Amino acid sequence: MPPSTDMNAAPLLRVKGIAKSFPKPDGQELLVLEGVNLQLAAGQIVGLLGRSGSGKSTLLRLIAGLTEPSHGELNYLGSPVDGPAAGISMVFQSFALFPWLTVYENVALGLEAQRLPRAEIRTRTLAAIDLIGLDGFESAYPRELSGGMRQRVGFARALVVHPNILLMDEPFSALDVLTAETLRTDFLDLWSEGRMPIKGVILVTHNIEEAVLMCDRVLVFGSNPGRVLSEIEVTLPQPRDRLDPSFRELVEKIYVEMTARTVGAQAGARTEFFPGQGIGSVLPHVSSNELSGLLEAVAAAPYNGSADLPKIATGLQMEIDELFPVAETLQMLRFAELEGGDLKLTEAGLAFCNAAQDERKRIFARQLLTYVPLAAHIRRVLDERTSHVARKSRFIDELEDFMTEETAEQTLRAIVGWGRYAEVFAYEDESARFTLENPA
Amino acid sequence: MLRAHRTHHFGFIREFVTRWDALALVVVLALVVFLAEASRGLLAPLSQLDATPLSLNPAHLPEYAARTTLRMFTALALSLVFTLSYATWAAKSPRAARVLIPLLDILQSVPILGFISITVVFFMSLVPGRVLGAEFAAIFAIFTSQAWNMAFSFYQSLRTVPTELAEAAACFHLTPWMRFWQLEVPFGLPALTWNMMMSMSGGWFFVVAAESISVGHTSVALPGVGSYIALAIAQRNLHAVGWAITTMAVVILVYDQLLFRPLISWVDRFRVEQEPGTEPPASWALTMMRRSHLIGGLTTMFYAAVRWTSWALPSRPAPQPRSAAARERSSRGWDALWLIVALLLAALALRRLALMLIEQTSLAELREVGTLGLLTLARVVVLIALASLVWVPIGVWIGLRPRVAQVVQPIAQFLAAFPANLLFPLAVYLIVAGHLSPNLWLSPLMILGTQWYILFNVIAGASAMPAELRRAALNLRVSGWLWWRRVALPGVMPYFVTGAITASGGSWNASIVAELANWGSTQVRAHGLGAYIASATVAGDYHHIVLGIATMCLFVVSINRWFWRPLYYYAERRYRLS
Repeated sequence: MPPSTDMNAAPLLRVKGIAKSFPKPDGQELLVLEGVNLQLAAGQIVGLLGRSGSGKSTLLRLIAGLTEPSHGELNYLGSPVDGPAAGISMVFQSFALFPWLTVYENVALGLEAQRLPRAEIRTRTLAAIDLIGLDGFESAYPRELSGGMRQRVGFARALVVHPNILLMDEPFSALDVLTAETLRTDFLDLWSEGRMPIKGVILVTHNIEEAVLMCDRVLVFGSNPGRVLSEIEVTLPQPRDRLDPSFRELVEKIYVEMTARTVGAQAGARTEFFPGQGIGSVLPHVSSNELSGLLEAVAAAPYNGSADLPKIATGLQMEIDELFPVAETLQMLRFAELEGGDLKLTEAGLAFCNAAQDERKRIFARQLLTYVPLAAHIRRVLDERTSHVARKSRFIDELEDFMTEETAEQTLRAIVGWGRYAEVFAYEDESARFTLENPA
Repeated sequence: MLRAHRTHHFGFIREFVTRWDALALVVVLALVVFLAEASRGLLAPLSQLDATPLSLNPAHLPEYAARTTLRMFTALALSLVFTLSYATWAAKSPRAARVLIPLLDILQSVPILGFISITVVFFMSLVPGRVLGAEFAAIFAIFTSQAWNMAFSFYQSLRTVPTELAEAAACFHLTPWMRFWQLEVPFGLPALTWNMMMSMSGGWFFVVAAESISVGHTSVALPGVGSYIALAIAQRNLHAVGWAITTMAVVILVYDQLLFRPLISWVDRFRVEQEPGTEPPASWALTMMRRSHLIGGLTTMFYAAVRWTSWALPSRPAPQPRSAAARERSSRGWDALWLIVALLLAALALRRLALMLIEQTSLAELREVGTLGLLTLARVVVLIALASLVWVPIGVWIGLRPRVAQVVQPIAQFLAAFPANLLFPLAVYLIVAGHLSPNLWLSPLMILGTQWYILFNVIAGASAMPAELRRAALNLRVSGWLWWRRVALPGVMPYFVTGAITASGGSWNASIVAELANWGSTQVRAHGLGAYIASATVAGDYHHIVLGIATMCLFVVSINRWFWRPLYYYAERRYRLS
C-alpha cells in the first residue's frame, strides 16, 4: 500500500515565498532563487525540474536545512526549519559515501549520531541493507562497489533514520542508463508497496522523462533568477509506460514549457534566452563542434531541417542540460528557430550545412558579428587600435558591470572559442590578449 | 574447505591465534622493552650525565638508538597534537586563520637550528638540574623540524573536504566532535601521513644538533646517536662514525618497514577519489597486523573511544542560524576587535625588533649579513641547478621503466630520509686530508640529503605520464632532443618543481650545518649565512643569532613568494596532465 494521499491532512512541508541570494564581491546581491512556493503532502513525490543554474538544488539544500533562506518561510510538520531537521534525509548525486567506512558503517552512521543502543543500531542497519538489496555487501568498502551499488548504499543510509521526507538530488544522473533505470524501478516498487519508512519525496532532476516517470507533481524551474515557471500534475497511474501516448504528450508539453521565450523579453535582440542584454549577455560555454553537430543532425534525415526536441534529445542521447544551450545558441546566431518544442533551421543554418569548411567559417563569422554584440565589440576595438591588440582584462572589466566575475570568465571563454573558429580574432592565453594575428 | 573440517576440534584456536598473531606479539613485546629501556633515567639529575659519560663503545649503540628514536616519536606525537589543534582552529575560524596561517608560513621558513639556541635555556630552567629539562629542549627542537608542514597539510585538507560529504555529515546530524573524527581526520590522513614521513626525515637531520646542545656556556650531551656522532667527531674516531651510520641505517629501515610502509598502505583507503583497479602499496607489516587481530582490535578501540567521547560530550546540536544580518553585525564587531589586538601585538613586536636593531646593529653589519645571505643563495641556486641536470634525466629514464622504478623509488625515498649530515665527518676528513677549498667543497654537503626529493618526484612524474602520450610520440617518431623538449620535460615539470621546492628549502636549512663543520679540533668553514648563524650559536651570541635567522627567514620567504610559488602555479596550469 502506498502511503495514502490525504490532501486534507497538514502538509509535511510548506515552502512560502522562499528567496535566496549570495553576496557578490562588489557588495550587491546575486539572486539565485526567487518567490518559490511548494507544498508536499504525505504520499507524494514532487519533482523539481530544471537545468543547472535554475536554483533547484539550492531549494533542496534550503529544505534540508543546510543553508538558510534570505527571505520566506520553510515549515516542516508545523515548525520552522532552522538547521538540518530530524526526519528529513537526503540522497546525493555523487553518493557522498565515506570511503573509509564499510557499507555497514556508512549506513549505521546516522543512527550512531542519534546515540541509539548498539543492538538497535544493528537491527535497523541490517534491515535497511536488506530492504535496499545490499545483503552480502555489508563489509565491502565503497571503492569495491559499482556506481549503482554505491547509490543503493546512499539510499539505505538515508532510509535507516526513518525520515518523513526523503530528498533526492539527481540521484540517478551519475549512473549509466541501464543502472539508473533499474534503480528507479526498484525505488518505485518499494514506494508503491509502502515498504519504505518515508511519507514524502522531493526529487531534483534535469531529466524530463525521469520527472514524468516518478513524480505526482512536477515544478518546472526557470533560470536567472531561479523560479518556478509552472506546476504540472502527473495523474498517470503507476507503473508508467514511457511509450504510452499520454506519457509522450506530457513530456512534449514540458519541453515546450522549458524552451518557451521568457515573457517580456524583447524580440529581435536574439540573446533573449540568456540573461543580460547587448554586450552584457551571459553566453553559454558551447563549442563550435557542438553547434555544427546539432545543425547537421537536424538538417539530415529523418528531421530534414526541423526536429522535435524530445525526439532529437533521445536520438542524440543528450540530456536537456546539454541540448538546450546548444539549441539556444543556434537560435541566437539565427541558424535556427526554437518554437513550440521544435528546432527549425533557418536559411543561414541550411547554407552552413551545405558549405565546405572555409565557406562555413565565413558564414559563421557573419552571423557571429551580426548577432552577438560582444563579438562585434571585440572586433571593433581590435580594428580601431593601431596595434590590433587588446588585453582580456579590459573586456572582463566591461562585462563585470553586468555579471559576476565567474560568468564574465565563462562568457569570454565562449566568445574566444567562437571567435577562433570563425577566425574573427585570435587569442593568446599565455599573455591573455586578443589580437588580429593569424598564427602561421 | 576440507581442511577446515579436519581441524574442526581446534578450530577455535586457529581462529583465535593466527601465525600472524605470534609475530605481532613478538613485535609488541619488543616495543614494550624498548620503551622501558629508552625512558630510563629521564628523571635523573643532570649530574648523572657527567657521571656516566657517553662511550664510543658500539655495544652502547642499541640503547642510544632507542633513546634517540623515542625522542623522535615523542616529538612526532607532539607535532600530531599540535597539527590537529592548530590547523583545526585555523580552518574553523577565518578570523584566526588570518593570523595563524601567515605565522605558520614564516615559522616554516625559520631555520630550525635557530629554535634550539633560543629555547634551550628556557627549557632547562623549567626542570632545573634534571635531565628532563634537556630532554624537553631536544624534543622541542625536533618538534620544530616536524610540525609546520604537517599542520599546513592538515589545514589544506580541512579546507578541501568535499562539499557533499560535509553536507551528508550535517544531514545525518553528526556532532562537531564526531564530524572531526569520522570525516575531517580520515579525509586529511593520506596527506598527513606523507608529511609525517617527510617530517621524520627532517627530524633525523637535526637530531645530531638537538642532542648535543651547546649554546655559550650551556653544554649538555644527552645519550643518543646524535651525541654519539658528535663525540666521535670530537675524538676523530672514524670507526665510531661508521658504526653510527650503520645504526642509523638500521633504525630508519626498521621504522620505515614497521611504521610508515604499513601506514601508507593503510591510509590508501582514506583517499576519496576512488578509481577502481589502483592497487594500494603493499606492506608485509600491514598484512601481519591485519591478519593478526592487532589492527582490528585497535580500530575497534579507536571507534569505541570516538563513540564514547561523543556520547559523553553534551550533544551540542548544530548552532542555530540566527538572522544573517544579526550574525554579520556581531561578526563585524569581533572582526574589528580581532584586528585591533593583532595590530597591537604586531606593533609591540615591531618595536622590540626595531629597538634591538637600532641599538645593537650597525649598517655595516647588515651589509655583511646580506652579502653572506647572497653567498649562500648562490650556493643553493647552483646546487639545485646541478642536481637537476643530473637527476632529471636519470629520473625520467627510471620512471619510464616501471620495473626499475619499483626498485629505485623506495631507495630514493630511503636516501631522502637518511640524515645526510652523518656523512659530513667523512667529507670534512677528506677536505682536511686533501687540503681542498672549503668554500667550494663544503657546498655539496648542503644538497647531499635534499637532492633525492628531485629524483623521486621526477620518477613519480615520469611514471604518471600517460602511456598513450608516449606511444603517440613514438608513433610520430619524435626522438632525441625534440623528445626531451616536447614530451619528457613538460610531462614531469609539475613534479620536478615540487621536488625542487622541497630540495631548495632543505638546502637552506642544511647550510647551517654544512657551512661550518668540525673534525676533532679542526674546523672547516665556508663563507655564508649558515656559517654565520652556526658560529653565533656556538658563541651564544643571541644578538647575532637573531640577526642571522631573521635574514635567512627573509631570504627563504621572499624566494618562495617571488620565485617558487609563481613557478609552481605556472607549471600546474600549463603542464598538469589531467
